[in-house]
Amino acid sequence: MENKLFEEKMSVINLGLPSFFESVKDQGAPCVHVDWRPPAGGDVRLIEILDRLRELG
Amino acid sequence: MLKANEIALGRLMAADPVLVDVKPAHEVLEGLTPTTFLHAGPPIAFQDMCPPMQGAVYCALLNEGIARDIDEARRMAADGTITYKPCHEFGAVGPMTGLTTWSMPLWVVEDRATGRRSYANISEGSGVGLRFGEYSQRTLDRLKWMREVAGPVFSQLLHEIGGMDLAPMMAQGLAMGDELHMRNHAGTALFVKNYAWLIARIAGPEAENVLKFIGVGNDQFFLNLAMAANKLAADLADGVPGSTLVTAIARNGVNFGIRISGLPGRWFTAPSPMVKGLYFPGFTEADANPDLGDSAIMEVGGFGGCSMITAPAIVKFLGAASVDVARETTEAMYSITLGEHPRYQIPALNFRGTPCGIDIMKVVETGVTPILNTAIASNRAGVGMVGAGMSTLPIDPFVEALKALAQELGI
Amino acid sequence: MKLRNVVKKNSYYDSATLMLLSSKVGEHIGSTKNVAVMMASDMNKDIMRASGLLADEGAAASPNDLVFAIRAEDDAAIDAAMALAEEILNSRNTKMEQRETDVVKTVEDAVARVDGAKLAVVSLPGKFAAREVKKLLKEDCNVLLFSDNVSCEEENQLKDLALEKGLLMMGPDCGTAVINGVGLGFANKLRRGNIGLAAASGTGLQEVMTLISNFGGGVSQALGTGGRDLKEVIGGKMMGLCVQMLQQDAGTQVIVVISKPPAPSVMERMVEQLKQGGKPTVVCFLGGEDMADSGNLHFVHTLEEAACKALELAGTGRPAELRAGHSSLADLARQQKAVLRDSQRYIRGLYCGGTLAYESMLMMEEKLGGVRSNIALKKELLLDGTAPSAGHTVLDLGDDAFTVGKPHPMIEPALRGERLMQEALDPETAVILLDVEIGYGSHADPASVVAGEIAQAKAELEAADRQVVFLASICGAYEDFQDYAAQKAMLEGLGVVVLESNAQAAELAIRIVS
Repeated sequence: MENKLFEEKMSVINLGLPSFFESVKDQGAPCVHVDWRPPAGGDVRLIEILDRLRELG
Repeated sequence: MLKANEIALGRLMAADPVLVDVKPAHEVLEGLTPTTFLHAGPPIAFQDMCPPMQGAVYCALLNEGIARDIDEARRMAADGTITYKPCHEFGAVGPMTGLTTWSMPLWVVEDRATGRRSYANISEGSGVGLRFGEYSQRTLDRLKWMREVAGPVFSQLLHEIGGMDLAPMMAQGLAMGDELHMRNHAGTALFVKNYAWLIARIAGPEAENVLKFIGVGNDQFFLNLAMAANKLAADLADGVPGSTLVTAIARNGVNFGIRISGLPGRWFTAPSPMVKGLYFPGFTEADANPDLGDSAIMEVGGFGGCSMITAPAIVKFLGAASVDVARETTEAMYSITLGEHPRYQIPALNFRGTPCGIDIMKVVETGVTPILNTAIASNRAGVGMVGAGMSTLPIDPFVEALKALAQELGI
Repeated sequence: MKLRNVVKKNSYYDSATLMLLSSKVGEHIGSTKNVAVMMASDMNKDIMRASGLLADEGAAASPNDLVFAIRAEDDAAIDAAMALAEEILNSRNTKMEQRETDVVKTVEDAVARVDGAKLAVVSLPGKFAAREVKKLLKEDCNVLLFSDNVSCEEENQLKDLALEKGLLMMGPDCGTAVINGVGLGFANKLRRGNIGLAAASGTGLQEVMTLISNFGGGVSQALGTGGRDLKEVIGGKMMGLCVQMLQQDAGTQVIVVISKPPAPSVMERMVEQLKQGGKPTVVCFLGGEDMADSGNLHFVHTLEEAACKALELAGTGRPAELRAGHSSLADLARQQKAVLRDSQRYIRGLYCGGTLAYESMLMMEEKLGGVRSNIALKKELLLDGTAPSAGHTVLDLGDDAFTVGKPHPMIEPALRGERLMQEALDPETAVILLDVEIGYGSHADPASVVAGEIAQAKAELEAADRQVVFLASICGAYEDFQDYAAQKAMLEGLGVVVLESNAQAAELAIRIVS
């Protein structure tokens, strides 16, 4: 599959440092920030269940 | 999306609820006996019930003529005469205490495609009533009138019009500023607007009383119809192996419980939360019962807290600081639901579909739990509603349900 | 001294936010060692316990709780510090309000919200990052993965998945990219042009692209791969795609590739791919063997030379003289040398940018030899953790040993202060060699931080009747928001010699001590 990243209008999704989001916004690029939390409160067993369920489809 | 959830969500959204009749409970609820009392929320023994629910049991014992007076009612409630079961396990739902017994008239809602049915009792209207555990003569008189007069009038009305399509009324209610859980002004008004002429003819000399019953002080009249419609959708979506869709959220005033499609019939419970909200003058949180009632079926179907932004008028009533809370609540519910309902749309969000189909995987992953718009009941029998607010559910039952499903699937 | 722990139940904040917060509050009460604001995970509790900041309340907190641990003279000082911490936490920048429509809860929501080509910048804790990146790739997002602590196995998985879909998966540990003119992570405001870059190092990329932009050239795209990409275990997978995309990009006429020397097998494939592409290409394998130019490939040794060569190939022309209008390095070296005593013989490099530290170390190693460093290539020259300097020493202060529980020095350069004073007061120190990073993501006024530290050091040195030469380079574009010229002027006002590139600064340092 050919990557059209350099040809299309680019939107940015930020996960993590809010300052990276702010700086992309300041540059006028479309950007969405994900107010991320550790999945399942960081519970390893629950994360495993979620991932396995998704894999099962 | 999981295949199983696609199927379950598809069924939830395909429900086409038609209000077809009003019938005594014993004629429509399979397995009901004169001494089987149905209540809101997950299973609970009489001794463990909250005071308003115990009061409602006394009221029902008197209403059914099983007990002759309150002393006998108190004795019989606890002596094993009565079997207590959740409404949910009989295809029914009831607001607040949800007490539903043998002779009580129930709304019958039928799915047009499958013929499956769900049921809810009739909203009692102004004052305290059975649903808040009141057992006064006034309450008993009204229950009798509902059984003997109002029920048959509604039944005939529905026969004459060949059933009432509830989905368009619910959709219109949203457009008119209801979220259909704590605000049903529009839905109730639509009922009167559309059918007053017919009620006037059918009810004859009782027309004034019937129309006053619906129209005055019974703002939540339409809620019970919508609850039955959403119970129908939830039951249609129930029982899809592997599905993580929530098919019930219900509170008995001590515990709240959820059920998921992939594990039909199993309850996952935790203590009912206290509701954060606004209290009526003279009441405080010390007067409040923990969260109570089957009306959270509205959130299961994508209404209430999920659709809160459709009803900006109620934010103050629910003790929220600003309309932003309504918007944020609906936004948050989009992050834990599987889809957007094509029939039920939110004008303020450019007709985006309601966030519909709560998914325990998304709840567990994000830590965001369903938010219910709800009435706050007094923690004493027969006092009634002391406020209204928003109830954020604890996450534990969602986690337990996910673990149980994982075990079932050998994960 | 009094210690207090305040626990906020169930309030999650990301560690980067909290580290910045700790350091701001620490600055306020005069010691970063007396403040820790952390989520109460077991590991964090260990860190707090080790620094004597854990009280019973904090010890009893659970991983979803936030702990403020503050030690100060008295209750009033603790109250003030707490108030400041709360204020910072509640400020709009720290607390991303849900009410902003461009803030969402999940990756799925974010993907649904955007259109066009998608690129995600991921700076989550390493142990959760791979999972989110997988989701993003499945949603056809290109990814810049800033996080570290991602295993090789995960990196391979993610890159394989990305390659299947033809997507960029830059990182882990990739700090910089500029795509379609938008700076991501630690990046700079560049002039756009016909030079495309792909680099396995963040500050290396920043140094080259800003020099290109500052000297009249322009950048089409600047891509990163993460430092591990060119090692055997990953096999240069992402560099392969980056190069391919630059070769196919109509806006790129000259390609620059920057990395430490790749594994031999990787190098062979890479050189072949670069040759095949045909576009004029500058290859900078920092610390690699000499390689002869061949066909379209030009090999260079320093970041500065990479920029100059690219400018030449791109038709802008080499900057005639990087120090045009200034004294020559030879003259500068003579002047600076004059202020030193005989006992002052050594260079002490204190770097925030890892690749800049590496470049200086290589240059000094070649000319002077025996350079000690926490990133030394020879075992016997490795300086353990935060041990004192000896002889010529270059430190990468972004290394884990310095940053446990603290923000990276590019975000919070105050991390360097203590070490700078220590080096300045060492009677054997002749030159202190520094970098100052500006641009998106970096500290808003890094020169004033280091200027304050230098002023303090100079005051102490004056008391000791001794001078130390301070040399610096500013890694940044003239157009960056911190204002390159003002940053430079601030340093020069204190007598710091500011050079146009890190290579120049290192070269001058070498001349001074030779």
